[in-house]
Amino acid sequence: MVKITFVDSAGTNRTVEGDVGSTVMETAIKHGVPEIEAECGGACACSTCHVYIDQNWKEKVGEPSPMEEDMLDFAFEVKPNSRLSCQIKVRDDLDGLVVVTPAQQA
Amino acid sequence: MTEPIKTDVVIIGAGPIGLFAVFELGLLDMKCHLIDILDKIGGQCAELYPEKPIYDIPGIPFTSAQGLVDALLQQIKPFNPQFHLTEMVESVEKIGDPLFRVKTDQGKEFECKIVVIAAGGGSFQPKRPPIPGIEPYESKSVHYAVRKMEAFRDKRILIVGGGDSALDWTLNLAPLASHLTLLHRRSEFRAAPDSVNKMLALVGEGKIDFVLGQVLSLEGSDGQISKANVKTNDGSTFKIACDALLPFFGLTMKLGPVANWGFELKNNEFIPVNTESFETSTPGIFAIGDINWYPGKLKLILSGFHEGALMAQKAHRYVYPEKRLVFQYTTSSSSLQKKLGVAPERAQP
Repeated sequence: MVKITFVDSAGTNRTVEGDVGSTVMETAIKHGVPEIEAECGGACACSTCHVYIDQNWKEKVGEPSPMEEDMLDFAFEVKPNSRLSCQIKVRDDLDGLVVVTPAQQA
Repeated sequence: MTEPIKTDVVIIGAGPIGLFAVFELGLLDMKCHLIDILDKIGGQCAELYPEKPIYDIPGIPFTSAQGLVDALLQQIKPFNPQFHLTEMVESVEKIGDPLFRVKTDQGKEFECKIVVIAAGGGSFQPKRPPIPGIEPYESKSVHYAVRKMEAFRDKRILIVGGGDSALDWTLNLAPLASHLTLLHRRSEFRAAPDSVNKMLALVGEGKIDFVLGQVLSLEGSDGQISKANVKTNDGSTFKIACDALLPFFGLTMKLGPVANWGFELKNNEFIPVNTESFETSTPGIFAIGDINWYPGKLKLILSGFHEGALMAQKAHRYVYPEKRLVFQYTTSSSSLQKKLGVAPERAQP
């Protein structure tokens, strides 16, 4: 199990455990983490699972794919550390990952 | 006043479910006109995920969404359905038992005995961009579509977006505007490369500006925008003065006028139907696909296909009340095969 901490727009931390092979979005939805909507169910067809990756984890998590960048065009306040959480697979080496949810999902 | 188009069935929505309904209705000799707000046939499949895989169509281990739409179009070709695209149905009025007058936002009128609502998640409408405080400006100085280009002559225009709509309108409005800025959050575009090249050429000639950034907020009064506050990727902010803002942020599904046709919607979203024929509370109006609800409903394409088949049986009783409906199989019925255009040349013994 991989520990993932979600920081919401008010600054509240929630740490939950994700299954290796699932996605960060699926982990959030499974544990009722707020501020992630995932309208399209993880198909990379919307921008409502948008998160900011904590600077310490940015390199390990990696950059968005071109398909993801296309959908990030529709997200609220996209930053260089923005990712769609449905496109981040939970891996053992992401144990301790910290992501921040934006104040608004498009 | 033009004559209404008279037909047996008006299908609202030309996605996969509306398309297959044409087949089931066609086997039973009912003619269809389909109306869709998109400029293309195929609904969510064509608009949202044409390249994506579908694994759960019975008998088809794999198809792309667009591939499914293309196959359905081929399947319904013998029945010659008529399509009315970039039109939205605004009203459905009962004028007989059953007989309906259907009106669209382009002024078209239809008269039909049967209305099939296959509207999926609702009609695709421009998505509101995530810019706080934009609402008071909408339809006044913020526009999500261009109806009349002349309205933008001599204006300072700010276009936001990176897809074909943003690029197309940049190219179309540049000659009219007193000044035009295209704003996008990155230097890569989703639009056709040729459009991007033409836009960059205009930038090179000093005719328009291209700026990298995102709109944080707007300034103006009484619905008239004066400035957009923009943030660049390195965090600095600046203002762009403008008279009109055209944000192109994609499409989203909205229930739209369906909500006003007298149905008691489930969760304010879905039209309740019975499971014998998927008829709504109004005789002669049916709802199939994602838009309907009944106990056990699953939002699957295969469910919508089944719903269309049962709907057609009941529709036949309204359209041909004197005829006896004989249940037949396409595999063995010579008359059905004739309608499909696949009848063998010699009669079977």
